[in-house]
Formats: sequence, C-alpha cells, structure tokens
Amino acid sequence: MKIHPAYEMLRPDKNFPNVWCPGCGHGIVQGAIIRAVQKLGLDRDEMAMVSGIGCSSRMPVYCDFNSLHTAHGRAIAFATGVKLHNPKLHVIVITGDGDALAIGGNHFIHAARRNVEMTVVLMNNMIYGMTGGQYSPTTPIGKRASTAPYGTAERDFDPCSLAKAAGAVFAARGTVYNAAELEKLITQALAKKGFALVEAVSPCPTLYGRLNREGNAVKMMQWQKENTVNVKAAEKLPPEKVRGKIVTGVFHDAETPGYTEIYDRVIAKARGA
Amino acid sequence: MSKQVALLQGNEACALGAIYAGCDFFGGYPITPSTEVAEEMALMLPRSGGKFIQMEDEIAGIGTVLGAAAAGAKAMTATSGPGFSLMMELLGYGCMAELPCVIVNVQRGGPSTGLPTKGAQADMLQARWGTHGDHQAIALCPSSIEECFTQTVKCFNLAERFRMPVLLMMDEFIGHMREKMTIPQPGELETYTHPRPKIKPAEYRHFGEGTGVGGAYAAMGSGYRFNITGLTHDPKGFPTNRADETKWKMDRLRAKVADHLPELTEVEREFMDDAEIVIFSYGAAARTAQQAVREARAQGVKAGLLRPTVVWPFPDQVVTEALRQARAMVVAELNQGQMILEVERANRTHTRVLPALRYDGEMITPAEVMNVIAEAAR
Repeated sequence: MKIHPAYEMLRPDKNFPNVWCPGCGHGIVQGAIIRAVQKLGLDRDEMAMVSGIGCSSRMPVYCDFNSLHTAHGRAIAFATGVKLHNPKLHVIVITGDGDALAIGGNHFIHAARRNVEMTVVLMNNMIYGMTGGQYSPTTPIGKRASTAPYGTAERDFDPCSLAKAAGAVFAARGTVYNAAELEKLITQALAKKGFALVEAVSPCPTLYGRLNREGNAVKMMQWQKENTVNVKAAEKLPPEKVRGKIVTGVFHDAETPGYTEIYDRVIAKARGA
Repeated sequence: MSKQVALLQGNEACALGAIYAGCDFFGGYPITPSTEVAEEMALMLPRSGGKFIQMEDEIAGIGTVLGAAAAGAKAMTATSGPGFSLMMELLGYGCMAELPCVIVNVQRGGPSTGLPTKGAQADMLQARWGTHGDHQAIALCPSSIEECFTQTVKCFNLAERFRMPVLLMMDEFIGHMREKMTIPQPGELETYTHPRPKIKPAEYRHFGEGTGVGGAYAAMGSGYRFNITGLTHDPKGFPTNRADETKWKMDRLRAKVADHLPELTEVEREFMDDAEIVIFSYGAAARTAQQAVREARAQGVKAGLLRPTVVWPFPDQVVTEALRQARAMVVAELNQGQMILEVERANRTHTRVLPALRYDGEMITPAEVMNVIAEAAR
C-alpha cells in the first residue's frame, strides 16, 4: 500500500476524521503547510504550531508537531511567549479571519509591529464557521451571514495590507484552488526571520456559500479559479478590472531584524552594564 | 558572604523573590499599583538571560506567560484589579491546560477603575471563582515585605509542583510599603523545579498518571511532541467529548488540590493557645489585627491571631477548630466582607462571627479592630 507523503506528519490516532465539512478548504491549507515543512526539511521536534479557536484552529491537533491550541484570539500572544522563551522553535500560528482580526486583532498588529519571528497562516473564509455563519471582519460589505440576514453594513479588512502597515516583514495571499502557489508562499514565509503572514483564501460552502447562494464546493472552487489575479498582473490592470477579484502573490517582502534577535542584544547590553 | 539587608518596597521584594525562584520570563502590562514589579523584572531578567516583554494588554500578558510556560519557562505576570479581570479567561486556560505560572495581583480599590492608588482586599473571591467553570485555586497573601519575597518563591514552587497558575494576592499597602528585610542567601529557601520526563517520547502522556502533582512533565520543543488545549482532553491532551474522559479530567483537576490540603494549609498563629476572641485576618489587614491582638492582651482580653498565608484553598479545618475553641471570631479584612463568608461556612459550632471591615481605601486601624474585639468580648 502506498502511504500518503503527508501521513508521517499527521496524528492518525483518535483525532480523525477531522472537524472540517466536506468542501472546506482548510485541509488543503494543512497539506500545503506540511509540504512546505517537508520541503525545508524542518525538524518536527522544533516545530511549534499554535492556534486560537475556530474551524481553522483545530489544525494543530492533527499535525504531529509541538501543538498548542489556545483560547479565542490569543494564539499570537501565546506564540510570542513560546518563541521568546525558546527562539529555536519554528512557530506557525494557525488562525482564521475572526480569530486573528476581530477578537485577536490587537495581538495581530502588535506582534507584526514587534516583528516576532512567526509564520501566521490566516485561513480566510470570510465567515465564522464553528459558531454557524456569523459575519467576520473580512466578510465583504453587503454579503449575508446568520447575524447579517440583510447583508452586512461593515467594510472588510485586507489582512495583507494590515500586516504590512503594522510592520510585518512578509505578507502574501494564496488560494486553496492554487495549492501549489499556496505551498510556495508558505515555504517563503517559513524561511523569513520575522513576522510573516500568509492569507489562505479558503471556501466555506456549508455556511458562506449557502447563505450567499454561491453554490456548492465545486462551484466555489471554480469561482476561485476564474476570479484570481496575480499581484503582478493586477498592477498593470485598471482598478475596475481587479475589483471583486482575489489578488494573490507576495505583497510585501522586507528584511528587518526579528524580535528575538534584537532582544539578544538587549541581554548583551544588560550583562555588559 | 555577609547577610544582605535592604530597605525594600513590597513590589520590589516580590520581583527579587521571583528571580530567586528562578523566574526566567515576565510578560505583563503596566497598571497601578503593581507596575514596580514589572519595572524591576525589566531591569533584572535580561541580566540573568531571562526575557521580559511588555505586551499590548493584560490578556496578552498572561497569554504570553502561558505560552512561555508551555515552552518550559518559569513565568510570571503582575497586575491589579482591572488587569486581573481581563486575565480571568486565560487563568482558566492555565488551570485546564495545567500550565505552571505565577500571577501577582496587587489589589486596589474597585469595582472598575476604582481607587488605583489605594489598597483593598476586594478581589479575594474573584481569585477563587473569577474564571468560569469548576476549577481549583491556590492563592497566597503576604503581610510583610519579607513575605512578599518568600511567598513569591513559594508561589513558583507550588506552580511547578501542582502544574497550575498560582496567585499572589498582594495589596497596595504591602506593595508600596517599605520595610527592612534580610535577603535570603542562595540555597537558604527551597526552590523547586519540576522533573522532566525520561521515558521514550512514544510512551509519553502529557497528562499521565494520577493527579500529576510532583510528577514529571515535558516542555514544548524538548523532543516530546504533545498537544495542549483548553478543550476538555484525554491523558494525551487530545480533545474529547466523552463523559468518562471528561469526568477523569475534572476529577484530576479537583484532586490535585483536594488531595493535598495538609500541604496547602499554612496558618500563622499568635496567642492562640488560650485565645477566647480569635482575630482572623490576612495580608495588610493582618498587620493591624496583630497590633490589636497585642493591645487586647495588654488589657487582659484573651485575644489571638489566626493568619492564613495560603488563603486558597481555604484552611477549613483550622478555622473550624479555632471557632470551636473561641467565644467569638473577628474577621478583619479590607472589603465589604469576602473571606468572612468562608469563615461562616466553616463555622460548625454557631460561634459568633463579627466583621471588622474597611473599604474606603484607607488602612483599618488597631482602634477599629479593638472596638470589634471589645464588642466580641462583651
């Protein structure tokens, strides 16, 4: 029997089947993360996967890493403690649009500002899945949710712009339709020494799709395929041709010393003083 | 080395005690009247290779402390009322995930913003019941600057041994008071660090046998790849909904404190042998109570002082016995009556229990306690 290449990084006992609905994109994101870790040859014992609460945040339980499933919104705060105490660990934060940008928004911007070395994989399905389809900070204005039966009145966040403005060294967006590109972006992010964000646009056919009549999982995947524009192509297009599309690729890539590196200098100064 | 004597503030003594205990991580947010603890830690931790971080709020403060604890740190945060309220959810996370850490609350007047620069002991029941769900609490209360030091050391020892957050319930009076103390020499006080597992990683269960008290447990990144979650979980740390596993976890959390009550009972006694009027007091208020007891003795009243230094778990047995012995018990505390409720619960003999309370931000005076002693003696 041929074993799936990702199998060695999973925890098959008891935890499967996973909580994700048929057609959910989160499993594809998990596959992309595992392939990126394998490609970089990272030691599982040095991987720390930290998450908050929500559909996406169940991922650490399934991965055979050091895993820490924390409270709603607080993954990045916990991850900061993990990284600062043991800088050898490669910290991956698994989060969703509600977890990272609503309840955890403050931690998100401040960890980016401090440039704490961590890769944040933000699965953006534009809805709260686990609690049954309430609108999130990335639900586009006018779209329906269980708490927005007439469409939301709120504007949405662009997580990549937010991360860049707050001081992250890397901000990129991919889709689960283009899993190869997503894997590449996560690989790039994992190699960064600083706060790196990868936003993974992931369909939620069960709630977002149904409430907004966007069809089944296949139709939502088809929509991703047909409505994705690479950032380089988008730069050459007039704004009206980009509006409503998913722009993918690397938006920001900088080199700035990470927090633990700078903190080592603080320690040296304190000891010299 | 000659003995080092210093004039210290309670908050400074607390920070020095943390360093003595081996604390290597502090995460917190500035708040009056606890801020000096953070300032001292910011100064001292980098010198010993430890890490200090000022977070964006108190939720992040305790969050980063719990993350560091999961990675093997001896971690600590310090705060006061409003910050303590913000920490409540993650205090429960620390209980559920069995993460050792120390949380210092330098209590001030409340509710809400209340009296930031004035003392109170009004978070005593919040310390026990502030986070949601059934859980246990271990909380200590220092009455002197020296105890701010020694009890901080003890808090770390208990956190490491019991695998849970331990609370140091200071108050503004003690936090900002200055007293002379002799700094303990290295090795003079016990410092406990939990053992690390030696078994093969494949055999390791993060929430293994028994209650886990005094047992070995691993840090993230040590070669044992385990899961930690705030969800109810099985002995391996994986989430569960099963009734039998849920009961196992809840019983484990209860038993770790309930099965170790003698170890967790610590009560100071003064003039208790023949005491007829017993003053029950703790923290800063106990200093006044001590003075009142001495004055009462000078006037021929058989008064005695019962001062728990570990307030949670509540020393039921000790208090029940004292109430059996006494004609009356006076509870002196800086709130509208919190620990008195526990005293009344422990009162199996219908002994008179009288409150001596002050909650206007000022320190209760010996005369005020004396008045209640006189009433009790009538």
